[in-house]
Amino acid sequence: MKGGLLRGRGLQIYTWLVIAWLVLPIAVMILFGFNDTHGRYNTAWQGFTLKWYGKLFEIGDLTQALVNSLLIAVLTMLVAGVLGSLIGLALGRYRFRGSGAMNLVMFAAISCAEIVMGASLLSLFVTLAVPLGFWTILISHVMFSISFVAVTVRARVMTLDSSLEEAARDLGAGPWTTFRLVTLPMIFPGVMAGSMLAFALSIDDFVITNFNSGGTMTFPLWIWGATRVGLPPQVNVMGTLIFAAGVLIAVVNALMARRRS
Amino acid sequence: MSRLKASLTPYLLLFPGTLWLAIFFVIPTVVMLSLSLQSGDVVNGYAFTFNWHSYVDGISTYHDQIIRSLVYGVISTVLQIVIGFPVAYWIAFKGGNRKSVYLFLLLLPFLVSFVLRTISWQFFLSDNGMLLGPLKSMGLVPQDFHILATSAAVIGGLAYNFLPFMILPMYVALERIDPRVLEAAQDLYASKLQTFLRVVLPLSLPGVFAGVLMTFVPATSDYVNASVLGGTSNTMIGNVIQNQFLVNQDYPIASALSFTLMALLLVGIFAYAKALGTEDVLEVAAR
Repeated sequence: MKGGLLRGRGLQIYTWLVIAWLVLPIAVMILFGFNDTHGRYNTAWQGFTLKWYGKLFEIGDLTQALVNSLLIAVLTMLVAGVLGSLIGLALGRYRFRGSGAMNLVMFAAISCAEIVMGASLLSLFVTLAVPLGFWTILISHVMFSISFVAVTVRARVMTLDSSLEEAARDLGAGPWTTFRLVTLPMIFPGVMAGSMLAFALSIDDFVITNFNSGGTMTFPLWIWGATRVGLPPQVNVMGTLIFAAGVLIAVVNALMARRRS
Repeated sequence: MSRLKASLTPYLLLFPGTLWLAIFFVIPTVVMLSLSLQSGDVVNGYAFTFNWHSYVDGISTYHDQIIRSLVYGVISTVLQIVIGFPVAYWIAFKGGNRKSVYLFLLLLPFLVSFVLRTISWQFFLSDNGMLLGPLKSMGLVPQDFHILATSAAVIGGLAYNFLPFMILPMYVALERIDPRVLEAAQDLYASKLQTFLRVVLPLSLPGVFAGVLMTFVPATSDYVNASVLGGTSNTMIGNVIQNQFLVNQDYPIASALSFTLMALLLVGIFAYAKALGTEDVLEVAAR
């Protein structure tokens, strides 16, 4: 009987209910970006308007926080993308002494509680009297993203056939040429996926940033600071635009993958 | 020459990233351990005195928050397994060619900032908000009924925020099950229930394990949900650590509590792995 229950239409409806639950707060966020509220507070529905899309950048420090977030996310994507890919390539392709220890460090960095990571990094900065701000946030974001990129690239590298590289070498290509013309194109989808993951992790991070930001604001930190006094509708609009951009990139990505296959 | 190069290559590839992790991940942990054993105060500075007091003081002062964190972490993780398993099962076996669409829908929350999603819940659940406002004006719930500032709100928020991390690994494990294994079970006259309990469930356990690993740690150490949805009486150990580090700047106590949290999480995971009969936690996790 239970097996039958798991197969039936009930389970499909249940899945859609869970999806609705997951999406509900996003719908609320999007809806209240269109709320014709007066003044700064956005609590009760007052009617539909597009005016907040026009006044998107009117709160100077919120705009600055968003710019900081985007800049840090792009830099994290580049730095962690390269460093993590190199680690992923090494772990996926070569057998060497110390690879077990490296895998252990990756695992520890991925499963470590964010608050512990953030607090320990702050301990280091406090001990060395490093001033907190943009650069310490960037350092922390690269730190927690590297392992995610490495694991993503390692998974890609492990599925590849190394005989193609041997063939390139047999045909007289040097190590750099082999890497550039054979290895890199093959692992590139993994590198892209890992880098995009780093971007996403960075732009959304709150906990580690909260510990290592000093007075510098990122988008999530600004929202956190404003909760006590109420969020202005511009936050909803920015959240909506980031969400829309993410959906767009994912859909385009999926369509391109479908066309290739 | 070329052989030497080949043996050095992996180390050269590892070097820059490993250096970054060593300086900003491994060394800070040691620094924090040393901080937790120091004594002094924020005005006069701290000195290393091998002082265990911070651990004793921290744990005796904040044992309520420590226990509450573990309880909330366990309950929200169990909730996620219960809520998520049927979803993972249905997508893996009945998703057909629309599997990736369903997975995409499950991942949609990650396109909105974690803090913003939680605040959106606070807004939706507030005492006279979108949900309770109409219910109260219709007289369906009493006027003083509230969801925010209860432990249920915090646990619900934790379960909500980490659910996709639970569903995805369970889905991956279920999706890997070879349909021929299920046919074999039926050929051997297993009922549907028996097939589920003795074939599907055991084969899905690595996924459940990976899911627990990815959700129990962030849920137990979280302070965003407790602070946004829980009011003042449901604070977790994360709130205390954040407050001691960033507001009071009492680094020894804050570090000692961070270390205690880390130790508890490690013990929790290993005990769970042992109970599950997993031979080597790291081996499973490394996959």
